[in-house]
This record gives sequence, C-alpha cells and structure tokens, in this order.
Amino acid sequence: MTWIWNNSPALPVVLLLPTAIAIPLFALIERRLARWLALAVSLTTVGLSILNLVKALSLGPIHYHMGGWPPPIGIEYVLDPLSAFVLLVINTIGFLVLVHAKKVVDREIPESGKHVPYYAVAVLMLCGFNGIVVTGDFFNLYVWLEIASLSLYGLIAVGSRKAPVAAIRYLILGTIGACFYLLGLGFLFTMTGTLNMADLKAILPAVGHEPAVVIGLGLIVAGMGLKMALFPLHGWLPDSYTYAPSSSSALIAPIGTKVGAYVLIRVLFFIFGTAYVSRTIPVTTVIGWLAAAGILYGSIMAMAQTELKRMLAYSSIAQVGYIGLGIGLANPLGLIGAVLHLMNHAAMKALLFLVAGNFRTILGHSDIARLDGSTRRRMPWTTAAFAVGALSMIGIPPLAGFFSKWYLALGAVAKKQWIFLAVILLSSLLNAVYFFRVIERIYFARAESTPQLPGMTAGACSGLTLSPLSPIPSKGAEYKSVASRPRLERRGLALANGSSAAEPRTEASASMLVPVLVLAAALIGLGVLNAFIVKGVIGKIVTSAMF
Amino acid sequence: MTKFLLGHYGYWFVFLLMTLGFYGMVVKKNLVKKLIGMNIFQAAIIMFYLSSAGKWKATIPIVDPAIGTAGTARYIDPLQHCLMLTAIVVGVATSGVAYALLITIYKRFGTLHEDELVERMKNDLDME
Repeated sequence: MTWIWNNSPALPVVLLLPTAIAIPLFALIERRLARWLALAVSLTTVGLSILNLVKALSLGPIHYHMGGWPPPIGIEYVLDPLSAFVLLVINTIGFLVLVHAKKVVDREIPESGKHVPYYAVAVLMLCGFNGIVVTGDFFNLYVWLEIASLSLYGLIAVGSRKAPVAAIRYLILGTIGACFYLLGLGFLFTMTGTLNMADLKAILPAVGHEPAVVIGLGLIVAGMGLKMALFPLHGWLPDSYTYAPSSSSALIAPIGTKVGAYVLIRVLFFIFGTAYVSRTIPVTTVIGWLAAAGILYGSIMAMAQTELKRMLAYSSIAQVGYIGLGIGLANPLGLIGAVLHLMNHAAMKALLFLVAGNFRTILGHSDIARLDGSTRRRMPWTTAAFAVGALSMIGIPPLAGFFSKWYLALGAVAKKQWIFLAVILLSSLLNAVYFFRVIERIYFARAESTPQLPGMTAGACSGLTLSPLSPIPSKGAEYKSVASRPRLERRGLALANGSSAAEPRTEASASMLVPVLVLAAALIGLGVLNAFIVKGVIGKIVTSAMF
Repeated sequence: MTKFLLGHYGYWFVFLLMTLGFYGMVVKKNLVKKLIGMNIFQAAIIMFYLSSAGKWKATIPIVDPAIGTAGTARYIDPLQHCLMLTAIVVGVATSGVAYALLITIYKRFGTLHEDELVERMKNDLDME
C-alpha cells in the first residue's frame, strides 16, 4: 500500500501506457478482454486520481522524480491542486465514456476488426492526456501532447466515410499547433537553458524582457490555442466532431480541448505569472477578446445546424470560449470560472455527446428535425438526461453550468469588462435558443409531424473544405434535394416507417444509459455542491497561482 | 542592426525553411504536398534547436582527454540533440498516421486533390 501511496503521481501513466499495448495482445486470446481491460485500467486511474487529489490538497504540491533523478536534469511529475483536479476530471469522463462505448463502437465502426485497436487507442489517448497534465517538464509535455494527438487522429478517422478527411485536416492543423509549441519552447529554452517548469519559472524574471521570451510565449499560446480550438483557430473542430464515432466525440470534446486550456492556464498563471501576461505583455487581453468573439461565433453557428452532433461541435467552440474568457480576465474570479467551467463543460459535453450516441444507436440518426415526441416516448431516460444537460448548458441555476458562468460574470464585473459581461449574458440567450429548439421538438412536437424528409440533413457534411485556414462550410449547401440519392432514400424511408409504427419503448441498454444518467446526476450534484468545490479545491488552485 | 542580422544568419535560413513548409501546408492543394510541407516545417524546427546548440571552438560532448571534464564550456550542449531525436521520432509517427489516412482517403474517394475531394464528398451518399 505504501508503494502505491508513494508512486501515485506516476502510476496512471505507467499503467495506461502498457495497457494500451497489451490490449491487442490480450484480444488475441479473447476479444471481449479488450473492452474489459480498458475499463479496468480506466477505473483504476479514477481511483488513483481521487487519491492524488486528496494527497495534493492535504499535503500540498507533490514533486515526483521519475527514476529518482532530481529536477533540473531529470523529469519530474508535479501534482498540485490544479493538475490533480484536471486529472480527476479527465479520468472520470474517460471512464464513463468507455463504459458507454460498447454499443456505439459496434454500430458506428462497421469493420469489427477495428474494435480492439479502438479501445487500445482510446487508452493511449487517455495516457497522453494524463501525461500532459501531470508532467512538470515542458519537453515531456510536448511528447505526451503528440501521443494524445496521434491517438485522437486515429479515433476520429475510424468514424464515417468522410472521417479520414476530417482527421487529416485536424492532423495538419494539430501538427502546426504542436510545432508552434515546440518552436516557442525552443525560444524559451535558448533563453533560460532549462525545460523544467519550476526551474524556468525561477529563471524567467531575469530574462522576461528579452524579445525571444516574448516570441516564445506568443508561439506557445498560439499552439495551445489551436489545440483548444480558440476562436480563429477552431477550423478543425466541427468536422472532426461530426464525423468521428459518437464515443470518440464524447472523449475528445470534453477532454481534448480542455487539456489545451489546462496548458494555457499552467503556462500563463503558474509559470509566467499574471503580472507578466496581463500587463507586461498583454497576452491574456488578446485571448479574452478572441474568446469573446468565439463565444458569439460558436453560438450563432450552433443555431444554424440541423444535426445534433454538429450543433454540439459548434457549441463546443463557444464553451471553450468561456474558459478562454476566464483566462482573459486574468483575475482570481475569472480563473475560478475558467477552472470550474473546465469541469462543468467536460461533464455537460460528455453527457450531450453520449445522448447523441444513444440517438444514433437507437434511432439511427441524430437529426434535430426528426426528433419529436415519439423520441421521448421511446427513450424517456435519455431525453430526460438530455434536458438536464441542455438546461445546464444554458445556465439554469441549480445545475452546474450556471455557476461557472456566474463566476465568470463576477470576474468581468470585478475587472469592469462590461463587454465581456454582455457577451456572457447574450450567449446564454443564444444557448437557450439552440437548445430549446431541440427540447421543444422532443417534449412538445407531436409525433404525427414526424415524416420530415430524411434528406433534410443529408448535407450536414456538404462543404467540408480542406485548406486549414479556409472558413467553415457555408450553410447554404445543407438543405439539398435528395431525390437523386437512392441509397439514402431507402434508408431514410425505412427509418421513417420504423418510427411511424406504434413506438415501443426502446430505451438504450444499461451500458449506454448508466453513464448518461450518472453524468446528469453529476451535473445536478456539481451544481448543488459548487460552493464546496470552489472553496475546497478551486480556491486552493487560485491561491497557488501567481496573482 | 547589421551585426544582429549577420550574427544570427543561421536562424534566418531556418525561418526561411519554416516559411516554406508553412506555405506548403496552407496553400498547396494536394494533400501529399501538404504533408511534405509539414515535414519541411518540422525539419526547420529541428534545425532551429540544433543551431541553438552550436558553439564556436567547442567539440562534441564526449570527454576529450586534452580538455578533461573541467572545461565544460569547450563542449557543445548535447541536450538539444537528444530532444530532437525525440522530435524526429514524433515526426515519423505523425507522417505514418498521415499517410495511412491518405491511403484510406484515396481508396474511398479516388483523389488526393483538395478541390476534387470536396466535390466528390458532396456527391457522396453517406450522411453521418
């Protein structure tokens, strides 16, 4: 037991990496082992993360020296309240999504030969994210980042026919992001001669005025902005989330972009310090304004979508903007809001993407126009969970989503940033518009109005452009006549017939329902307990930041 | 100013290479050319690190009996080279994944040219 206690910072990574490699081997013996192994290791990391959080909160920051080499030379793993907290969020969401994955993977990945590698790559991705969060070394962070990113490309590419195109687009942009990070790190390294975060932080004040440091910081922020899909750098996101299998979207959307946000928070507020990034070099101001633009852009684009997953993808751009806004405020309340929203949005987006997965598995589609009262009767629990998630996204008080917006608003008031405050309020309204559109269909539309032409959404994929900097496909192409598309029509008609028969209650199976309900309950719980979380955990994060 | 420009001449070549790679990634329409641009970009960053490790009148970081361990200033810093070994491995892995994706795309859509690809995907039946 003491062995586990002493080595707990490194254990998640040390367990996940070999498991990712072992899964295909064990699957040779028994294919079902792949999923069980992934679940077992994921559950173990959740347990370890809880242990780590307790340790970090009660004992203060823990510095774990890999292989016993002391920091400036060796790689150290650091567990402070921030990394322990983000670690717990990542691993919990990862576990719930993996529980949910079975049916979705069976249905959305037609080639059964890809199921075993899918779990292996998912575990590898979790490993990468764990490494990013727990490491105290900048170059180590880069390596973990690439491990996670390469797994992400794979997880996206196994989706629908167009998924590889979305994946290669993400790969090109993601590599640009990682290269920017590496280049920025190169500048910092040449100026300070160290890669260790704590060491770098100690040396920085002496060289902070050098242009090379400023360029390095700018490049790192740009690279991480790309990874977290901060507004003008979000081009890869909508297509990737739409075409990936639903369980991939549910893994990437809540966790993937949050890790980018974590690195930004770490670099800006824990290494460079607020005074430097908000006054000497006003990076946070730029991030704040970009985030505000992204919130409005994402919300408006989300309103125009006809397909649930695509709507959620655009909503993700907006929600990541909230975290960016919290970073941009660069005051304690803003940081509380950003970190709280990091957790809340992870839970909300995971829930909503899992619901979209349930819709696709049970109904065969996730088109908003074809959801109606019959959907509710067929899947009462799933739709109820969706309603909870949607209300939380809008920010209805007892639910978790409200409180992060509340702290962000308080932060904006404290900084007298009235435009940011207006953006938060306006975007809540826009959220209400696009989520109530779905809730209205599920709860108030009569089932008789169902037979919308199945082609309504055929073009959701329409104008996928490849050029990394090209704008998002226009909406005009989305409504297309489908009469000339026999295969689609047949499929659509079959579905329409299926739903017009007296709907039996065909709720999703337990493995798909339990994670959804757990997340819905978590949203209520996190909302009710938010004062406890903010005081007990996030308060400690904020006091350890450099304000 | 002239001194600054001349003193950093190695870096200007690196940045030229970087711009070239970036241009390829963003402007070129063929996906393979985009990946070639990506590789040039990565190579430029590797060169950047390596040139920052360079030192005048210093030797490779293997103990030389004539210098001994006391004169560490006479050895170049080996850390950048080690880091870039890792970066090269990462680059190779990225290229591997990328070309695997390209093969899949070519099998499904029969083209790697971006405009044609967009055109063919519009006519594709799959809606998810």
